[in-house]
Amino acid sequence: MSLGDSASPLGKVGGLGSAREGGEHWLTERVTSIALLLLGSWLIASLLLLPDLKQQTVIEWLRAPSGAVPMALLIVIAFKHALDGMKVFVDDYVHEEGNRFAVSTLLLFLAVGGGTLALYALAAIAFGGVA
Amino acid sequence: MAATNSRPLSPHLTIWRWGPHMLVSILHRVTGAALSIGGLAILTWWLMAIAQGQEAYGHFTKIATHPIGVIVLIGLTWSFFQHLLSGIRHLVMDSGAGFELGINKTFAVLTLVGSVVLTAALWIYVLEMRP
Repeated sequence: MSLGDSASPLGKVGGLGSAREGGEHWLTERVTSIALLLLGSWLIASLLLLPDLKQQTVIEWLRAPSGAVPMALLIVIAFKHALDGMKVFVDDYVHEEGNRFAVSTLLLFLAVGGGTLALYALAAIAFGGVA
Repeated sequence: MAATNSRPLSPHLTIWRWGPHMLVSILHRVTGAALSIGGLAILTWWLMAIAQGQEAYGHFTKIATHPIGVIVLIGLTWSFFQHLLSGIRHLVMDSGAGFELGINKTFAVLTLVGSVVLTAALWIYVLEMRP
């Protein structure tokens, strides 16, 4: 609301709403959703098509580029989409500005940290550091 | 912008008449949060368990195949399908289509039916038919 008074016409046209930004966020959320439509379906189909889910079977699957590359994409895009989605939660339900900044920052750290951990695990599997 | 408690609020959940579109909208948020937190935590945990070796993977498998683990996984599978179908509905609506009352309601009901059918089919296959 305060933005309505101070935003330049250019800022308004650029899709800047009450959260002061968001056009880019809105579009990114949709583009990543289309990617996850494919990658999520790929994950479920792959898990169903594997002969079993024994550790060695899964390792062989994730060592091949056909397994490792989509899984890496899934991790990066899923964590990004989750971050974008959860940010909407925070923006909608955490009203006080200081708290919103704190929770948003925590959310960002969790998403980047979690995603990096998942990528590290995938790399360890794919490049053979597994006992 | 100082948020004070005396500012008027727009009508919220308590005032609207329930319908499938409202339920689906709320479920889109709830399932999105469940997938962001539970889904990505389990995916990361699973990858870490594979990377860490037999003992860790055995520990993961034991928890995942425990009845409570299976219930959680079924819940996440349903969340995935509900969020996916509802997401497709949102993409259609982003294009400006599907806002007519009848079509909108039908589409909303279809996401609910579809997610239950897909979840049931997947888990019947996993639990009963998979060799």
